[in-house]
Amino acid sequence: MGRTLAEKVWDDHVVRRAEGEPDLLFIDLHLLHEVTSPQAFDGLRKAGRKVRRLDLTIATEDHNTPTLDIDKPIADPVSRTQLETLRKNCADFGVRLHPLGDVEQGVVHVVGPQLGLTQPGTTVVCGDSHTSTHGAFGALAFGIGTSQVEHVLATQTLTMAPFKTMAVTVEGELPEDVTAKDLILAVITKIGTGGGQGYVIEYRGSAIEKLSMEARMTICNMSIEAGARAGMIAPDRTTFDYLRGRPHAPQGDDWDAAVAYWETLRTDDDAVFDHEVVIDAAELAPFVTWGTNPGQGAPLSASVPDPASFADPSESYAAEKALEYMGLRAGQPLREVAVDTVFVGSCTNGRIEDLRAAAAILRDRKVAEGLRMLVVPGSVRVALQAVEEGLDKVFTAAGAEWRHAGCSMCLGMNPDQLAPGERAASTSNRNFEGRQGKGGRTHLVSPQVAAATAVLGHLASPADLSDAPALVEA
Amino acid sequence: MEAFTTHTGRAVPLRRSNVDTDQIIPAHWLKKVTRDGFEDGLFEAWRKDPEFVLNRPERQGATVLVAGPDFGTGSSREHAVWALQNFGFKAVVSSRFADIFRGNSLKNGLLTVVLPQETVDRLWELTEADPTAEVTVDLVAREVRAEGVTAPFELDENARWRLLEGLDDISLTLKNESDIAAYEASRFSFKPSTTVV
Ligand code: SF4
Repeated sequence: MGRTLAEKVWDDHVVRRAEGEPDLLFIDLHLLHEVTSPQAFDGLRKAGRKVRRLDLTIATEDHNTPTLDIDKPIADPVSRTQLETLRKNCADFGVRLHPLGDVEQGVVHVVGPQLGLTQPGTTVVCGDSHTSTHGAFGALAFGIGTSQVEHVLATQTLTMAPFKTMAVTVEGELPEDVTAKDLILAVITKIGTGGGQGYVIEYRGSAIEKLSMEARMTICNMSIEAGARAGMIAPDRTTFDYLRGRPHAPQGDDWDAAVAYWETLRTDDDAVFDHEVVIDAAELAPFVTWGTNPGQGAPLSASVPDPASFADPSESYAAEKALEYMGLRAGQPLREVAVDTVFVGSCTNGRIEDLRAAAAILRDRKVAEGLRMLVVPGSVRVALQAVEEGLDKVFTAAGAEWRHAGCSMCLGMNPDQLAPGERAASTSNRNFEGRQGKGGRTHLVSPQVAAATAVLGHLASPADLSDAPALVEA
Repeated sequence: MEAFTTHTGRAVPLRRSNVDTDQIIPAHWLKKVTRDGFEDGLFEAWRKDPEFVLNRPERQGATVLVAGPDFGTGSSREHAVWALQNFGFKAVVSSRFADIFRGNSLKNGLLTVVLPQETVDRLWELTEADPTAEVTVDLVAREVRAEGVTAPFELDENARWRLLEGLDDISLTLKNESDIAAYEASRFSFKPSTTVV
């Protein structure tokens, strides 16, 4: 019987397989950041161990880094300590680090792909659940806990029981204004936040094949929000074209050998998935969340649902709690929900294509009166590219704030946070209670919806702007 | 890791589904660089409410958390497990756990037990009616017991053995160091390296 893409990559990394034991898997790339690594390095120190493969390990600073005044000392002493701890650990153990201020610094899941380190058929791990992002390249990439970070540092392997496989097939043409973000939000609402539990999801079908690498990363990024361990997309021309010439991509004969291998990384025609979901691209629409988990979403044209309309009592209770927290009432049209903050950024939508999409809408327009809009590039490289294209000017001319790269308001570990009761349209990936600041309320949206929302002051899609003429500045 | 064989204690009924890791331990707690001292951050937002179940006097000293479905969704933060352990929990029962959280818990000796929702309901009813009721989580017999409840649970044999013995994963893996070295010798030369450009 044929094998799925996930099974092929898995099989190629088995170091040891024994009856009654989980497999021992080799890890090709280990990404580190300041939040989930200090206790792992401590463990190594206590046991007198070293990092086994420094050449497969790389670190960056992202979660705690400020997005303003980055040349000044970090004000929050606890954040500062955490960054200093990473610097000391990397220096002591010899790990390559891109600290704040470095040209390769940025959100860990933006940095790996742009350096060309994330490659098809590799295993990629990081102490961060959104490691699933890297699956867009046909890598088997998943988040791990700190004990596992220590395990990988010491052994370059992980013990793991195999995943189940799920296919999410999206056929057809995405309607105009419908983005990868809308697609993945719709998938999560369809299968639920626990629906992918235990699975690696492979996204396939004609609608997926047409997507850019950036869009594929957006989709794989949020696989974890459906409960899945990883998301994957088979590598193809688009993948190879993205990788060619990147600093760590193979070169010369190595490139040809790599492509020959990468081309074998497709699910065989006779392979069987444990579960399959089929979605018609033509039926999708701009999608937003109304609740406090990413599965509580609806098309922008819909209204806030009535908690009583959920058949499952625990879902109905969860919806009731969510509406209470979000300050919404059942039946309220989502388009009428006014926001005070718009955040464009994160490892979901902080890449150059996302910034271009938001800038295209904001060009010659203004952010609504009294609304705060933050644009935070996913990495310094993304920021430099945006500046080269003049996108930063478009944002600032519109009244948005152009910030330094990092995780920023995606989780509010740095000063970029929502105040209690503030409501944001955010291109990030989690709308959990308090995620963007204590008491803050989050609606997950695409960059396009974020930009249109910023202009109109309420949840909106670019189509809603057609009757609001562009402001042409003198 | 501390070994886990069997544990008996009072329970805390947490009647909520989809308790994500941001609820278990909010992000600002993640700035700490140690594995301890997370107990005050556990369910921090909900603890502000004096009526929240963990704050009730009759729940003080309870060691078994009986949670709703999809417990531990969201981030990979192991701090969620440390916070539960720092607070005093030895075991968590739910009908479904998020994968990463479950993996993290078992690596730290916090036993996560999957039981059918009907059994979780029974445990909720029991401990709500009588907060002094004790629940036994027996890893040797692979069974949860309480008054009127005897529920077997599954845990793969290897994970169970490591918990029962309190074994350190890294030392176990390093016993197979020669397999790792052999694998390393056979890798494709075009695989990425972070040090060579
Ligand atoms: S951008 Fe957000 S989701 Fe991504 S790594 Fe940073 S905090 Fe995590």
